[in-house]
Amino acid sequence: MALTEAQLAKYRRRARGGRIRMALSLGATLVGLTALALILGALVSKGIAGLNLAVFTETTPPPGSTGGLLNPIVGSVLMTLIAVAIGTPLGILAGTWLAEYGAHSKLAGVIRFINDILLSAPSIVIGLFIYELMVRPVGRFSALAGAVALSVIVIPVVLRTTEDMLRLVPTQLREAAFALGMPRSLVIRRVVYKAASTGMVTGVLLAVARISGETAPLLFTALNNQFFNADLTQPTASLPVVIFQFAMSPYKQWQDLAWAGALLITFTVLALSVFARALSSRTK
Amino acid sequence: MVDITSDRIETGDRSVARAKALARYRIPDSIFEVLTRSAAIVVLVILGGVILSLIRGALPVFETFGFDFLGTSSWNPAKERFGALAPIYGTVISSLIALVIAMPLGIGIAIFLTELCPMPLRRPIGIAIELLAGIPSIIYGIWGLFFFAPFLQANVQPLLIETFGELPLIGALFAGPPYGVGLLTAALVLSIMILPFITSISRDVFETVPPMLKESAYGLGCTTWEVVRHVVLPYTRVGVIGGIMLALGRALGETMAVTFVIGNVHKVAGSLLAPATTISATIANEFAEASGDLYVGALIALGLILFFITFLVLAGARLLLLRLEKRAGA
Repeated sequence: MALTEAQLAKYRRRARGGRIRMALSLGATLVGLTALALILGALVSKGIAGLNLAVFTETTPPPGSTGGLLNPIVGSVLMTLIAVAIGTPLGILAGTWLAEYGAHSKLAGVIRFINDILLSAPSIVIGLFIYELMVRPVGRFSALAGAVALSVIVIPVVLRTTEDMLRLVPTQLREAAFALGMPRSLVIRRVVYKAASTGMVTGVLLAVARISGETAPLLFTALNNQFFNADLTQPTASLPVVIFQFAMSPYKQWQDLAWAGALLITFTVLALSVFARALSSRTK
Repeated sequence: MVDITSDRIETGDRSVARAKALARYRIPDSIFEVLTRSAAIVVLVILGGVILSLIRGALPVFETFGFDFLGTSSWNPAKERFGALAPIYGTVISSLIALVIAMPLGIGIAIFLTELCPMPLRRPIGIAIELLAGIPSIIYGIWGLFFFAPFLQANVQPLLIETFGELPLIGALFAGPPYGVGLLTAALVLSIMILPFITSISRDVFETVPPMLKESAYGLGCTTWEVVRHVVLPYTRVGVIGGIMLALGRALGETMAVTFVIGNVHKVAGSLLAPATTISATIANEFAEASGDLYVGALIALGLILFFITFLVLAGARLLLLRLEKRAGA
């Protein structure tokens, strides 16, 4: 049966309306991509202008003079390493329990739920928590408090990826190991971990990427320090906090350093996440 | 699991030796299990610790002001008068505006990526959008302060004031001079930040729609848009709403990006162009300089309120997504 003229016209109208709406979705994508390009473009042009050798070799300057970002870089690396050293084992062990031992228990369900909430909980609240726990009783800001605050952010990330990755390991692999008479803890450590190792490393990389840019939890745990410091019980500078301080200041040299630091952080974070993504897509 | 050590069906020296060897693993084996379980319980301890420490820190404030703390907007550290209304207002309004902007954009991008985009471009564009989620929030802040806010001040805000400023009801929203920084700027920066969360969850759930359903709709003569509108979106409604709530949770708690561009003024102004403050921005700006138990307590009380609000939103989001997972599993 041939369509009448009116039906055809109606269909054309529907098709046109549809095309317009689908074109809007293309527009939305362009808005997103433009935002990304604008941010990265600003970052690169301003950041490269502020980047020079002194950034890596000199400590932060007093207002109005030149200097570098040596102490915040060292502080950030130090706190990140300690945070990962604390958070990774805890996250991996907890993820192991959720995937291997507790899998279907009620407790596991609750922990999974709470962990997912901690995963996106406001990081500034975690800063307040560590302040109450480690700074207020001692009466002093410290690098250690900053590192612990960051480790609280590491744990949920590592836990989640560990559990997901362990669940991907085929049950037959475990059964084969059990059949050989291997004790359970050995099956997990020698067989399951080995099969899931790439994925677990991805989780740690993502956690490092996540905390490298974290500012809020460091503001009142590690605070800041104008001088070079490697003593964990003293206030310590970190890149994000220094960027915050310098960018909000009226001094040109400080603002330039803030942009250089911003460029460093962003590229570290993006490189880490691209590397993590490459790792995880290789295993799949 | 079979208890290996008691499994002595065979007899003889070899099996006894083997059982002995295995028995040596018995204790390390249970130690490992206890270790993993304790680590899992640490997650609960952290949550408990966060709640308890915030309540303890906030106690002096609620003892002094009672629930007036929530309802007043005066914030005067010198006279030790504190009210949380302005930061709560700023947090909620900036997040809601961000959501209203990011929702259509995020879902639009997800639709583009699943239905329209040519295959070879899907991965790169998807990754590019996800990069937005990878950029640290302080970078959004510094970009917002030096580029976006001046741009809005020079080009967009005067236009908004000119167009809407004179209108009877909406006019109040666009009253006052173009400051550059303010509620609207913060909301716009937030909307860019939460965009990738909405997109990635929407895209994931869009891909769960059975091809059969879509093909049937196409077979009836539906256009691509009609398939999206009447098949894909209804099928994935729960997941999309879960993703949006997750993004809202992020926006509410976001600190650095907002602190740079909101202006940090404790006032409920009514105008979207006016400088304001949020809970997290107030804490970030004032905590290190706060002196006196009451001042610190007021900031911690703000943190407690923020944690409470985000907890509710995030828990709601997770419950929705969990329901979806169960349906997919069944």
